[in-house]
Amino acid sequence: MATANGPEVDLALAMITVPTPLSDWLVILPVVIPLAAGSLALALRRRIGVQPSIAITALALLLLVDVALLLKVLAEGPVVMVMGRWLPPFGIAFEADAMGVIFATAAAFVALFGAIYARAEFNTTERRYGIYPFLLLLMGGVSGAFLTGDLFNLYVWFEVLLISSFGMIVMGSEKAQIDGAVKYALLNLVATTLFLIATGLLYGTLGTLNMADIARITPTLPADTPLIGIAALFFLAFGMKAAAFPVNTWLPASYHTPRVVVSALFSGLLTKVGVYALLRTLVLLLPVQAAAWSGIAAWVAALTILVGALGALAQSDLRRMLGYLIISGIGAMLAALAVPSEKAVTGALFYAVHSIIVMTALYLAAGVMARCSGGSFDLRRLGGLYGASPLLAGVFLVLALGVAGLPPFSGFWPKLMLVEATLEAGAGWLAASILVGGFLTTLAVGRVWLFAFLRGGPETVADGTSAFTATPLGTLEIRLSLWVPLLVLTLAIILLGLFPAPLHVLATIAASGLIDPAEYIGAVFGGAP
Amino acid sequence: MEAAIAGLVAAFFAASLYLMMSKQIIRILLGVAILGNAVNLLLFTCGRLTREVPPIIAGDAMVPDGVTANALPQALILTAIVISFSFFAFLLVLAFRAYQELGTDDTDQMRIAEPLGEAGPPTGY
Repeated sequence: MATANGPEVDLALAMITVPTPLSDWLVILPVVIPLAAGSLALALRRRIGVQPSIAITALALLLLVDVALLLKVLAEGPVVMVMGRWLPPFGIAFEADAMGVIFATAAAFVALFGAIYARAEFNTTERRYGIYPFLLLLMGGVSGAFLTGDLFNLYVWFEVLLISSFGMIVMGSEKAQIDGAVKYALLNLVATTLFLIATGLLYGTLGTLNMADIARITPTLPADTPLIGIAALFFLAFGMKAAAFPVNTWLPASYHTPRVVVSALFSGLLTKVGVYALLRTLVLLLPVQAAAWSGIAAWVAALTILVGALGALAQSDLRRMLGYLIISGIGAMLAALAVPSEKAVTGALFYAVHSIIVMTALYLAAGVMARCSGGSFDLRRLGGLYGASPLLAGVFLVLALGVAGLPPFSGFWPKLMLVEATLEAGAGWLAASILVGGFLTTLAVGRVWLFAFLRGGPETVADGTSAFTATPLGTLEIRLSLWVPLLVLTLAIILLGLFPAPLHVLATIAASGLIDPAEYIGAVFGGAP
Repeated sequence: MEAAIAGLVAAFFAASLYLMMSKQIIRILLGVAILGNAVNLLLFTCGRLTREVPPIIAGDAMVPDGVTANALPQALILTAIVISFSFFAFLLVLAFRAYQELGTDDTDQMRIAEPLGEAGPPTGY
């Protein structure tokens, strides 16, 4: 291409000259679909009737696209698309590798059923608060965070999902919600700002923000490059997002205040983004520097597990107990940072998928339990639910055993892998704390089972009397909106427990891609050095 | 020059951390505002400070002649300013609502979500 007053410019030096193959556009669809549907839902915010249809259709489409992307990644390796056709590392890259797509698919799965449950949770007047636009925009942010290949872009997606979550947490404007939102908003904002600081310092040190480029450069750096502090900052920032001990206090202060479906979605989506970012930055980008911190990471993991489980034991409010169980699960995933072997990372990824599904399902189950007993989440006021709904009792038992990590449900396998990996690495006490955490979790959820289901009625009702009657759930439409998500998620827990092999294979591929980034780098830079 | 700006960034961080450790929400918010500016300055300094040389490439050259200004930190800061400004606006409204609803701007007294002196869980029935 000749210009009017200059030499022949070889655009191939700076730009990708061949158009992106049509099938590679799949990598940005998980962001485009929720953002477009979110804008549509926002534009049609007065048309309350169509909002759920927009959201459920868009999220079902999102799930399909994520599954298609997953199949493509499995067949061809990481899929890359660079914005503006600038050659990497100059253009912002979207890169779907196995880990990102596994997270994105699990997130889309629970978001879809969360949207269905929200039909019952928010009546037609309350839908004006905007649950559906916020949920779609949140999913846009979450998908973007899982699929981006650029560190600063990851920060932007974090902010997108954060501002949407602010809108969701205050939905209803109750006193407790505003109280919880103050703590949630401030501490999460500080965490993302810490992330931005770490990103800025990393850019100042390496001169690049492209993740594949960073992974390519870091092994070649001289040993005295000041990256350990930056790795520590990433650990602190994402640890705060993931609610790791000792920066976990915002989670139990806020997660029980919003509507139960909002809590369910947060528990499935938000803290897991923190875990994802921890694995991405500390295992893929800065493995050597993170190894210097692995002793501290082990302490953080063990204490997070135990603090979460003990906190769960000390609660009488069902939702607050579940908040602590999220923290305990985060601790188990952090164990992979302490011993970043392939087996441990596989376990952590499997655990993340399990935790996304089981925590969302537990919150939804808690919502149905509260509806059956007149709206209370207090263990003192729950009771007689086995008589009211044996199906609910069965569902809760499956979820309870699943979250505690007992076979044959999905929590068992990742815990087995994590315990095995920590033992192989010689960190017996970390394995012990995973097991003790599982035992304490069993006690906490077993107690809920005992009080809410086996006991004849609330605290003052004597066993054997028929004074307690369950509150009916409502019309068929409401019952369907409540039960379909709960049953599908429970079924997923059972199936993942009985047939763990496919997810195990996926997680192994993702973990090996994380520990040996050659394929991840190669997908961005091609064969060129 | 970088060292002087780094000192300024440190002063900003110190002031914002000091304010954020306060119990009064409004002080915490002032701390958040200063923190945002500290980070913007940090990003700017991380891109190295140069004179205002526009990155223009001469007609017969393939690369610019000499060092030009780094455009990337400016793009990053622009994004960060927009985001931190909108977050600050949201937090300001949230804090005002909290003051109206809860009647206090002291975080120690915001105990609606986690009441003090709650009874523990039941131990048996």
